[in-house]
Amino acid sequence: MSLVETFFNWEVFVSSFPLLLSGLRVTISLGAVSIVAGLVLGLAIALIRLYGVRPAQLVARLFIDLFRSIPILVLLIVVYYALPFVGLSLSPFMSAALSLTLVSAAYTAEIFRAGIEAVPRGQFEASFALGLNYRQMMRDVILPQAIRIVIPPLTGNCINVIKDTALASVVAMPDLIKQATQAQALEANPTPLIAAALMYIAILLPLVYLVGRLEKKSRREYTQ
Amino acid sequence: MTAVISINHLSKRFGTFLALDEIDLNIETGEVVCVIGPSGSGKSTLIRCINLLESFEHPSTVVVDGTPVKKDKNLTSIRENVGMVFQSFNLFPHLTVCQNVSLAPMRVRKKTKDQAVEHALALLKQVGIESQADKYPDQLSGGQQQRVAIARALAMEPKVLLFDEPTSSLDPEMVGEVLDVMRQLAKSGVTMVVVTHEMGFAREVADRVAFMDNGKIIEIGTPSDIFDNAQEPRTRHFLSAILAH
Repeated sequence: MSLVETFFNWEVFVSSFPLLLSGLRVTISLGAVSIVAGLVLGLAIALIRLYGVRPAQLVARLFIDLFRSIPILVLLIVVYYALPFVGLSLSPFMSAALSLTLVSAAYTAEIFRAGIEAVPRGQFEASFALGLNYRQMMRDVILPQAIRIVIPPLTGNCINVIKDTALASVVAMPDLIKQATQAQALEANPTPLIAAALMYIAILLPLVYLVGRLEKKSRREYTQ
Repeated sequence: MTAVISINHLSKRFGTFLALDEIDLNIETGEVVCVIGPSGSGKSTLIRCINLLESFEHPSTVVVDGTPVKKDKNLTSIRENVGMVFQSFNLFPHLTVCQNVSLAPMRVRKKTKDQAVEHALALLKQVGIESQADKYPDQLSGGQQQRVAIARALAMEPKVLLFDEPTSSLDPEMVGEVLDVMRQLAKSGVTMVVVTHEMGFAREVADRVAFMDNGKIIEIGTPSDIFDNAQEPRTRHFLSAILAH
């Protein structure tokens, strides 16, 4: 068998394509759900970590440290295989989304915290001096500036979340890589795996370029 | 006349350093008080205590328009009524000049956007930069930015305006345009507390001048009391060092 027939077999590709496409849809929706939920939760945790009452700050800190140190694969296995013992059975999608969200939220919280802390003190003082309350200050003054600072690292975190969706295949999630390995077994040919790899790259490569460009841009703005 | 700001036994520590040492000062409505003194004498700390940008030691009291300044639910309403202009402008860089000026009146005073913008444009005209309304702060010169900051503070129609070395970070050629605006405000009866190194301005505009050193008000009086007839050796020493060049 030639290399092309083995790894780039057109017939195998065509017959496995519908399966791959459904996997891709699952991967994208899992990624999207986890990214959005992670953003919202991460922002909330960052605000608690910075401005909450002391005990709440400690909890937020513990959350961040815990979920940054646990490997996602381990978390995923615990959520999917261990939680049913305490009566909490989650579907593969829910398990994967929960695990990815928790870890993404921990990283996002740190990114937001750094972004908020990078907004100069004078912006807080000017807001207070004008009589803005805490919420108004955050919404109208601090967060719009912090978000510009955090967009490049947040995009980087999105890339990690999408990559990590591949781990969900261990809990029988029919995502892109799971479907690809299944198709590979079915066809006795690795072409679907190569196709899956190319699909991952097709989604992520633009994001990788985007991060690079955003970083360059924010550096330029910073030095102005 | 009633005191709009009443400061009693105000002390403030940074760690072991006593930044303010039992300051007493009353400021009347319509009065312009300039605070002068060497760097590190506590001038900025003093005015930052008035709107609680700095906290202060326990038995001290600061009362603004009848309300004690402390960390409670009255604090934002005190801050609404005490405008502040900073040395480093602190304009909001992501908002246009007009948005900088109209933001707080909309959010805090619940003005409609149209009302707030109309008022903002009138104030920008008053400080001479209405043509820059749609620009962003980093497109303006330092003097223009500081005038926007003054308009932003005025937009809240405060009872008192605090100025924290408003011309200290300006290029020399822009100091005049900012002082001109402040001079007009003083003439129109706005109550002002101005921390400044501009002795000419203090002499010309102030009703009273306070000289501070080591966290204390060493001497306070009319400009001619302080500049021509200082009683305290430290005041005379400071003024002769400043006026020597």
